[in-house]
Amino acid sequence: MTDKHERPMTEATIKHHLDEATLLAYAAGTLPEAFNLIVATHLSLCDTCRASAQAYDAVGGALLDDDSAAMTAGSLDQILAQLDNGFDAPARHVSTSDIPTPLHSYIGDDLESIRWRPVGMGVKQAILRTSKGATARLLSIPAGAAMPDHGHHGTEMTLVLKGAFQDDDAYFGRGDIEIADSDVQHIPVADIHEDCICLAVTDAPLRFQGILPRIWQKFVRI
Amino acid sequence: MSFRIHFFDPTTALLRILGMIASGQTSSRDTPYGSRPPAPTALAGPVNCSRRQRVKNDKPSSAQSLWIDEMLRVRDNRDKAAFADLFEHFAPRVKGYLIKSGADGTTAEECAQDVMTTLWRKADQFDPTRASVATWVFTIARNRRIDMLRRDRRPEPEDLPWGPEPEPEQSQVIELQQESAKLVSAIADLPQNQRKLIEQAYFGDLTQAEIAKITGLPLGTIKSRIRLALDRLRHAMK
Repeated sequence: MTDKHERPMTEATIKHHLDEATLLAYAAGTLPEAFNLIVATHLSLCDTCRASAQAYDAVGGALLDDDSAAMTAGSLDQILAQLDNGFDAPARHVSTSDIPTPLHSYIGDDLESIRWRPVGMGVKQAILRTSKGATARLLSIPAGAAMPDHGHHGTEMTLVLKGAFQDDDAYFGRGDIEIADSDVQHIPVADIHEDCICLAVTDAPLRFQGILPRIWQKFVRI
Repeated sequence: MSFRIHFFDPTTALLRILGMIASGQTSSRDTPYGSRPPAPTALAGPVNCSRRQRVKNDKPSSAQSLWIDEMLRVRDNRDKAAFADLFEHFAPRVKGYLIKSGADGTTAEECAQDVMTTLWRKADQFDPTRASVATWVFTIARNRRIDMLRRDRRPEPEDLPWGPEPEPEQSQVIELQQESAKLVSAIADLPQNQRKLIEQAYFGDLTQAEIAKITGLPLGTIKSRIRLALDRLRHAMK
């Protein structure tokens, strides 16, 4: 069977993974949409975390032990009668591009056709439409360039889709996910070889240092 | 008019009707699915010979191994009797989960029916080397909960290029099911306060900080088993 991708979707070289609390929350179904999206995208690339997520699903299965809520009489017969109704078999979704499937309904499957907005200093972003409570955006950082210096309230997760960035001593390539909480002040720098495209999710507005970036903040909804 | 077609393995049917299933090692029994997972230990209680009856079992871990049989019959034979058994066991549990998550009785019932219908329709996606039936039912119920109760979206990871192996190694099925059963026991044995935290995390809304306080979940082995199953699937068709 020929494989349509030029490389397999999963990355064997991922070193930076999701944390246990996030994996549990994803399994429990209590994360806001934007975080669900970044988790699902990382899991598409990382079998280690996919296995962890399924282990947390098993915890959910173990909690399905209370049978005191009886179904109404006749509900089984009702269902049995409908089982033969036709239905569309769910399609299998496997990506043939660099963009994992969970992102397709948000940004399409082609990095070339994303509608970027400049954020300043060569950095571009595209905000994804997700429910309240968290924001998801694509970020494009020119090769060798730094993200504007910022700290956060809340939690920020950044998943590399293309290229790579360095943050202090740590190197993040495709599939790696960086998790930063509110203590962290960091300056990620894109690898010199190519532009770095990331999916970034926050549950609070970013804090930018300096006056100019704060003005941008108001205009570009960061 | 609804009717049921019964596809019984005669040996198993007889044993169940008598209400006694011997404990012990897996014995190779002839079924279309290969040898069976380990049988549960002896069950006590009244038996009803007029129809197959699920006898109450105070060892949930053993009962899980029975559901694989039912699930595979649904998947491979579209067996409605097997589906009925699954419904009788899981529908109330799904309803209970949804009620604990904040749904009213009517919505929970509707949702639970929906979940069981989905189980029928997506039966070919069930992979016994990666999940117990209870786990799989939970994931369907959780997704419906997010959709119907929270009116939110939960993106799922990319599908694996191929579905579950149609005839997996029985040892791999057994091992995963045993790990799932051990996890059920471990959770039942947790200190009350930890158990409660986990329930709150899965039924309600805890902050990340509160979730981070959850400890004592022995997930190492089951993670490894699932990871091995994923690796096999990645390489299976090459």
